[in-house]
Amino acid sequence: MFNSYLSNTLQYKAELCIGCEMCTSICPHAVFARNGRAVTLAHPEACMECGACQLNCPTGAITVDSGVGCAAAMIHAALTGQKEATCGN
Amino acid sequence: MNMTTTSAHDEQVAKEPMSARQVDSSQLPIASITSQMTASNHWDHFLARWGVNRSGHRVEPGLYALGHPTPDSSVFVTANYTLSFDALRSALAGQDAYIMALDTQGINVWCAAGKGTFGTDELVHRIEATQLHQVIRHRVLILPQLGAPGVAAHEVKKRSGFRVEYGPVRAADLPEYLRNHQATPEMRRVSFSLRDRLVLVPVELVYALIPLLIVGVVLRSGGAVAAILAGVVLFPILLPWIPTHDLSTKGLILGEVVQLPFALAVLLGRPEMVWWVRAGWVLVYLLAFPPITAFLALNFTGSTSFTSKTGVRREIFAYIPVMAWMFGIGIVAMLALYVRRILGA
Repeated sequence: MFNSYLSNTLQYKAELCIGCEMCTSICPHAVFARNGRAVTLAHPEACMECGACQLNCPTGAITVDSGVGCAAAMIHAALTGQKEATCGN
Repeated sequence: MNMTTTSAHDEQVAKEPMSARQVDSSQLPIASITSQMTASNHWDHFLARWGVNRSGHRVEPGLYALGHPTPDSSVFVTANYTLSFDALRSALAGQDAYIMALDTQGINVWCAAGKGTFGTDELVHRIEATQLHQVIRHRVLILPQLGAPGVAAHEVKKRSGFRVEYGPVRAADLPEYLRNHQATPEMRRVSFSLRDRLVLVPVELVYALIPLLIVGVVLRSGGAVAAILAGVVLFPILLPWIPTHDLSTKGLILGEVVQLPFALAVLLGRPEMVWWVRAGWVLVYLLAFPPITAFLALNFTGSTSFTSKTGVRREIFAYIPVMAWMFGIGIVAMLALYVRRILGA
């Protein structure tokens, strides 16, 4: 109750992971954890969908529908008929 | 900034023919900078924090020499926003290094990475435009961790030959990071400390200035002024301590608490009023004004360091209707009370 952030669009296919640990380095919320050869999802609910992991994963093991988690931008985009919400402008 | 040579080398390089790549690196105009912050830097930071000329706090994109770098010195990449650039050069005090400012149009690293302007394309372009291959011998670039949403390290390697190394989130952690190029888990996490939240208050206040003047001076509504101030000043400060997780519900709770004194004042302090008029005003305070605080709180999602697009969308669908209904009923009640007063009942 009163927590809209329990789930998100982050998806991880462990079978594609080559253990380069790029995602564990760049995730600002420690969503991924080192675990032997492949990484694991340690705190998926902490994901803010910034998209850094997807962009930097060399094998495409991670997908996430990234974007700005900003209500003002999303409301503005909805009111002006824009598809994607962005900061500024 | 303390520049000793022209920083407009970007355009010059762009106009050079391809053979310009063969020139000796010592010929390239690279602006020299220091780690010192001048009074004019501090003034610029102050204005940026108050939202004055928001996108005008820029440095020229390109390569800068901090101290006396050699072809083996490290290269640090940042945004061309003065707060980002200055945080980096301050953190590197005492070091000889190159700083490469990407053209993010005066936007900080994280936001620019989200937009893609601090991105793979701009980084690869800037490497070529500054002829970085000629300036240094190694092929490593140190990027801030929060640049990662815009930069694909493996793409940069493929397209430019440079290996991207992601440093810590905060430039201030660089001296410790540089000892062995290992970041601690703490260096890799974004925080949203009281200090981080406090620096946002001035710019929030500036954006609320016109609404504040309208409700304060024109409408002369203390409740509405309190609702707005609660949303832009109290909310950022008290964020982690307000119950519930969602920002909208936190804002609604704070909004109700702030209106309580106004509601109680009318309920207990105006015995000359008929009971149902007093009840009407209580309704106005507790229904019309808290949604204003809640809406400002919801909009604060864009300033936090943790809200996801999915979560914010859920918040919008769940709470905007509630806010609208509360506000609507409260405003209707207020209008009814004013009409009654005008009719002289």
